[in-house]
Amino acid sequence: MSADSTRVAVTGLGTFNPLGGDVASTWKAALAGTSTAHTLDNDWSERYGLSVDFACTVAEDPLAQLSRPEAKKLDPSGQYAMIAAREAWADAGTPDVDPYRLGVVVGTGIGGVWTILDQWDVVKERGARRVNPFTVPMLMANSSSAHIEMELGARAGAHTPVSACASGSEAIAQAFDMIRSGRADVVVCGGTEACVHPLPLAGFANIRALSTRTDDPEHASRPYDVDRDGFVLGEGSAILVLESEEHAKARGANVHAYVSGRGMASDAHHISAPLQDGQAHAIREAVEDAGVSAKDVRHVNSHGTSTPLGDIGELQAVRQALEDETDQIVVSSTKSMTGHLLGGAGAIESLFSVLAVRERLAPPTINIENLDPETPIRIAQNAPVDLPQGDIAVLNNAFGFGGHDVAVVFTNA
Amino acid sequence: MAHTEDEILAGLAEIVNEETGVETSDVQPEKSFTDDLDIDSISMMTIVVNAEEKFEVRIPDEEVKNLVTVGDAVKYITGAQA
Repeated sequence: MSADSTRVAVTGLGTFNPLGGDVASTWKAALAGTSTAHTLDNDWSERYGLSVDFACTVAEDPLAQLSRPEAKKLDPSGQYAMIAAREAWADAGTPDVDPYRLGVVVGTGIGGVWTILDQWDVVKERGARRVNPFTVPMLMANSSSAHIEMELGARAGAHTPVSACASGSEAIAQAFDMIRSGRADVVVCGGTEACVHPLPLAGFANIRALSTRTDDPEHASRPYDVDRDGFVLGEGSAILVLESEEHAKARGANVHAYVSGRGMASDAHHISAPLQDGQAHAIREAVEDAGVSAKDVRHVNSHGTSTPLGDIGELQAVRQALEDETDQIVVSSTKSMTGHLLGGAGAIESLFSVLAVRERLAPPTINIENLDPETPIRIAQNAPVDLPQGDIAVLNNAFGFGGHDVAVVFTNA
Repeated sequence: MAHTEDEILAGLAEIVNEETGVETSDVQPEKSFTDDLDIDSISMMTIVVNAEEKFEVRIPDEEVKNLVTVGDAVKYITGAQA
C-alpha cells in the first residue's frame, strides 16, 4: 500500500488537562481564554526552597473517573491517559476492530515521575520491603500505552515515542504512518505527562526554562508578549483515535478532521537550544506530505512555550518553510492557557488543531499585553479568531529537548 | 499485642478491597485468592506487603505460594505474630 492511497481520519477525541476533564469543557474554557496557572497549594517552596511555586494542574480529580484499585495501579500520567483514552474511544463509537488491526501509540516525555520518586522515598524511609510491587509497571514510560492496549484489546502493536516535548506529536505522526503503511486500520494515539513535582520544577527552573513570575502566575504564560520569561509547567493528556478512511466510512464513523501530513527532523545541534532550520525542515515536510500549498495553511497551533528565544524562532521557521507565504495564517499558542504539558503538549495541541479545523475557530493566545514587535505572523491575541470555510489546513508544531522537531498537518473533513 | 483471627480477617478484607476493589464481604476464609477473588500475582504481592506492615509480621516469598485461600493467610499471619 503506498503512502498516498490511504487517507487517515480523526474519529475520536479525549482529554484530561488543566482546562477540563473532557473535550467539551476543555474547548469551552479555551475559547473563553481561561488561564489555569496558579500558586501550588503546598509547602514546596518553603520546604525545599523552590524558586518557582506555580504550575497548571489538572482540572479534576482523576478518582472521579477511575476506581480506587484501578488508580492505584497507574502513575498519575497513566491515570490521565486512561481517562482521555476512554473518552476518545467512546467518542469514536467504541468501534469493532480486528484486534490485530488496532494499535496504540502514546508518548510521554518522562514517564512515571511520581511513582519513581514516591517509591524511592518509601525505600529510604520504610525500607525496601515496603516498596509497591506495581512500582516498575507504573514507572515505565510505556505504562500508558500498555494499559490502553490491554483496555482496548489492541494487538497490532503498542508504541511509546519518547522525545521530550515532541513526544505527543510524534505519537500522532507514528500512528498516522502505522495506518498508511498498512499495519493497522485504527490507532489510538497521543501523549501524557504528570510531573508537577518538586524535582522536575527544580530542574526546569535551574536550566532557566520556567517563568519566574511568582507574584502573578495567572499571567506568567504569555507567548509572543514582550515580557515573556519562560514556560509554565502543566500536566495532562490528550488522545486521538485515528482511522483509515476506508474503515471509518465502512462503519459510518463521524470524522472530526483528517491527519494529512507529518514531518520530522532532528537538529544535531544542541541539547536544549532550538534550531530554526530543523524546525523549518519538519514543517516543510509535513506540508508537502499533506499535498497542500502554503496558502492553504490558515492556522498554526504553535509550540509557543513563552520563552524569549523560542517563540519568535519558531514563527521564523514557519515563514522559512512556507517561503514567506504566511499572511493568511493566524497563530495560537494554547500553552498560554494550559501551561506546557511536555510529553502531552503535542497531543493536546493536535486536539486543539482538530477542533479548530472542525469549528473554524482559532483559540486565543491569552496574556498578550504588548505584542513582541518581532512577531512575524498574525497571532490570535486574547480572543478566538474565525477561520475560513472551504478547504483549509492547520499545522501543529512540537519541539523537544534533544532537538526533536515534529509537525503535523490536519485538514477539514 | 497480637491480633485475633477475626481482626486479621477483617484487616485482610480491607487490604484486599483497597488494592483490588473486591468487596470486603467476599473476602471469606474458604475463598481462593486466584480462583475465587481473581487476584493476580502482582496484586497478591501488594496484599502481602500491606499485610506485613499492618500486622507487623514477615511473610517470606516462599510462603506466599502456600497462601491459596484467605483462611491460609489468616492462619499464617496469626502464627507469625507469636
